[in-house]
Amino acid sequence: MTAAFRLTDSTLRDGSHAVAHQLTEDQVRRVVAGLDGAGVPVIEVTHGDGLGGSSFNYGFSHTDEMNLVRVAVETATKSKIAVLMLPGIGVKDDLRRVAGMGVRVARIATHCTEADISEQHIALAKELGMEAVGFLMMSHMIEPEALLEQARLMESYGADVVYTVDSAGAMTIDDARRRVATLKAGLSCEVGIHAHNNLSLAVANSLAALEEGVDQIDGCMTGLGAGAGNCPTEVLVAACEKTGWETAIDPISLIEVADRAVRPIRPEQGVIDGDGLLLGYAGVYGSFLLHAKRAAERYGVPTRDILLELGERRVVGGQEDMIIDVAMELQHRAASAQPAAI
Amino acid sequence: MGRMRCAIVGSGNIGTDLLYKLLRSDVLEVAAMVGIDPASEGLARAGAEGVETTSEGADWLIENAAGFDLVFEATSAWVHRLNAPRYREAGLTAIDLTPAKLGPLVVPPVNLDTHLDSPNLNLITCGGQATVPIVAAVGAVAPVPYAEIVSTVSSVSAGPGTRQNIDEFTKTTSASLVEVGGADHGKALMILNPAEPPILMRNTVFCALGDGYDREEVADSITEMVRTVASYVPGYRIKAEPVFDEDLFRTPGGDVKARVVVLLEVEGAADYLPPYAGNLDIMTASAVRVAEAMAAAR
Repeated sequence: MTAAFRLTDSTLRDGSHAVAHQLTEDQVRRVVAGLDGAGVPVIEVTHGDGLGGSSFNYGFSHTDEMNLVRVAVETATKSKIAVLMLPGIGVKDDLRRVAGMGVRVARIATHCTEADISEQHIALAKELGMEAVGFLMMSHMIEPEALLEQARLMESYGADVVYTVDSAGAMTIDDARRRVATLKAGLSCEVGIHAHNNLSLAVANSLAALEEGVDQIDGCMTGLGAGAGNCPTEVLVAACEKTGWETAIDPISLIEVADRAVRPIRPEQGVIDGDGLLLGYAGVYGSFLLHAKRAAERYGVPTRDILLELGERRVVGGQEDMIIDVAMELQHRAASAQPAAI
Repeated sequence: MGRMRCAIVGSGNIGTDLLYKLLRSDVLEVAAMVGIDPASEGLARAGAEGVETTSEGADWLIENAAGFDLVFEATSAWVHRLNAPRYREAGLTAIDLTPAKLGPLVVPPVNLDTHLDSPNLNLITCGGQATVPIVAAVGAVAPVPYAEIVSTVSSVSAGPGTRQNIDEFTKTTSASLVEVGGADHGKALMILNPAEPPILMRNTVFCALGDGYDREEVADSITEMVRTVASYVPGYRIKAEPVFDEDLFRTPGGDVKARVVVLLEVEGAADYLPPYAGNLDIMTASAVRVAEAMAAAR
């Protein structure tokens, strides 16, 4: 049976955020073996912020991502291995390297209004014989028509599919539906959706996207991912089967993989705590969560205030350095608000 | 000796901002602005200031090379790679404002004197001009096994040249942290922010600190350098005192127990684009600084 959509699992990329980029070769081997065995067609592996993401700003990787990618390629028998790359963080040489290692899909991500910085990278991915995916982050920040304009740029550079990416988990069902419908109507290439679960709508948004004709969907096992987590792959597959959307994946074996290979990496995954919810509510980039918690501790200010201020400033993905700036400013503000001694 | 006769090649954001700064110089003369689009705003503005303009590109400049001493390249990296050998053949010194990285990388307060007689000087990137001085200032008093910078500019201040150059931007800036800043390893990140109203140019510098640094010495060295840069880029400032964090950081330059974080802001002089475009300002102000030093050394 053919699947109604193509599934990409990003546990080993978006999930990297949830464990502060401490994934190991052993974890990659186990997760890839499980997903490959269950029939998941595409598996993404890199630092959470994509190729070259290991840094002070985003967190240093425990294991060099090139080693993680190598293990993934060696372990997969049928699944294609994908990487993420953000122009401005990764460079074209990184793409050349992974293409040589057997990576088949390059996902090129930009903020939703900056698609034109992906031209060189999408073109290079195609030249290297990889599938090129355009990945428009923080898509909730602009209207569907404006998103379509950006998606058309990526299509014109050669993208095989363009994703609407809800990096903040801020989209309602209607938001997701309208964006997918607009992209489907205006593009000739395929359309994908990448959902986060801050408002507990990741699966619902993906199902609504299917009704609008979406071609590709992302998930992460157990939801392991930035912020409040992603669309949980095993839940999505089970829900699709019950709704009547063919996935070509056995839900039972996927549930086993989730429990056996992924749940132990972060047992508490799946709880939408107050800060996680706040990200979706205020529309703040999900990867900021752990960094904001750490800054809150370091500079003695509430995480909540940091997140709300970041939302206020309309900070975009990648600007993790602004968390330090905001935390210090809040610290300063709190200190100067102390009543003067009498 | 008369003023140095300069040509600006490229009539986009950078070239136009540079035009206004050069018009104020006592030792440099803008003798021509060279573009490829007769309808470009930059050429119209140069014409209005009485500067000779052409839309025939570098070919025109090569034919008329005898009338010039110095050329500022404000196009894009790949264009400069085509133009550079022709300038050289024609006897023109080039100050390159693209990230092409053909000549030595120059940051005025760090290594200007070393390269004044080079036929081609590269100004790295706006992010490099803003952050390399800080890395060098920390490096002057402490070991820096790894330096990392994040440069964030408003989307509206990044023209098509910058956008198509993002890969060169990242690589050239990373290299400059090592080659000029003196760090053992370097990494640069570039972010575009579309917020309205546009944000000022922001730069964050992280320096890994090897054992044996003195906080006060590091902080003083940074403060002194900020003052030096601000002497030719008036809108250059530090947002808060340098932040020292102690933790185990597993950097590409090895494990370290401390880092210093410096948050910088650059407000532009609004010669062409409004003040948010500090990224234009720091490039063009550095270019003028280099050219004036050349003129003085003649």
